[in-house]
Amino acid sequence: MEIPVVKQILSANEQMAADNRRLLATHGVTALNIMAAPGAGKTSLILSTVAALGDGVRVGVIEGDVASRIDADTIAARGIPVVQINTGGNCHLEAWMVGSALPRLPLAELDLLFIENVGNLICPAAWDLGTAASVVVASVPEGHDKPYKYPGMFAAADVVLLNKADLLAYFDFDLAFFERGLRMVNPQAPLFVVSCRNGEGLEAWVAWLRSLRNGSQA
Amino acid sequence: MHELSITQGILDVALAAAAEAGARRILAIDMVVGELTGFVDDSIRFYFEWFSRHTPAEGAELRIHRRPAQGLCGECGHVFAVTVPLLPGCPVCGSGLVRVSGGHELHIESIEIDDGNPGSQTDPQRQ
Repeated sequence: MEIPVVKQILSANEQMAADNRRLLATHGVTALNIMAAPGAGKTSLILSTVAALGDGVRVGVIEGDVASRIDADTIAARGIPVVQINTGGNCHLEAWMVGSALPRLPLAELDLLFIENVGNLICPAAWDLGTAASVVVASVPEGHDKPYKYPGMFAAADVVLLNKADLLAYFDFDLAFFERGLRMVNPQAPLFVVSCRNGEGLEAWVAWLRSLRNGSQA
Repeated sequence: MHELSITQGILDVALAAAAEAGARRILAIDMVVGELTGFVDDSIRFYFEWFSRHTPAEGAELRIHRRPAQGLCGECGHVFAVTVPLLPGCPVCGSGLVRVSGGHELHIESIEIDDGNPGSQTDPQRQ
């Protein structure tokens, strides 16, 4: 006998993501899911963004890593509240992992929460964590073909950053080709070309972040 | 590697549906996987065989229906099936003004169960 089911395979994750979203909303925290390949500059972006935001915005961080707490220690050294999640080999964060980390942060004292996902351009895209926006970070040395090879990730983005823009002069990176691939799967996500090294482009990204925080983004 | 968590999700959804229907055994699972999800059929099958042991889904046939994404050329209007990696442009006119939609499906459509009643093959009523 055949019985219809028609149910999302990740429905359990989606329920937990909804719980996270409610908890974050209760405390007025705007959370971002930062996804990228290893080495694209997720941690650098978080640190540069915190510096650019200045003292008026209170930031917390959840660090997702397969193992180690190198990134968490880097963040904590700046006096930023951080919780490390070691996924123990898992290639992405899931909503329940974030749910277990949230009570360990001073949510009532935070405005923004950066959740640094595991470095990976495939898996993290499928798991909603309960964040307000998905941020995808690409970087110049990775090459301009990434949207063509990992369309699922770029389609999931609410905003895309191309980091290490200071290296554009040294790499055969075709920015128009990159953007064309991005637009095939994602016509609306803003693209910010930035360099965490020299600060280029960060102003526009931070302005977008502030407008997200104020709920006034398009 | 993310097929591991996905497979656990498949099993959870199928077992819950089977329990609700009062089934003793799951014979087959029909699921839909979009082309852009990046999930690999063989990995899902491998983990499924492992996870389903000693459950009512042990030995069930996993029927994975792949759904392509769809490309629409903004220049010539050509509509085509999209696979990964994406083509740099429309396969007919070469234009880069292509819009890709769909391909993100990830759900179970139905399960086939053994409800312990040999005469119930055509019975649409759930137990």
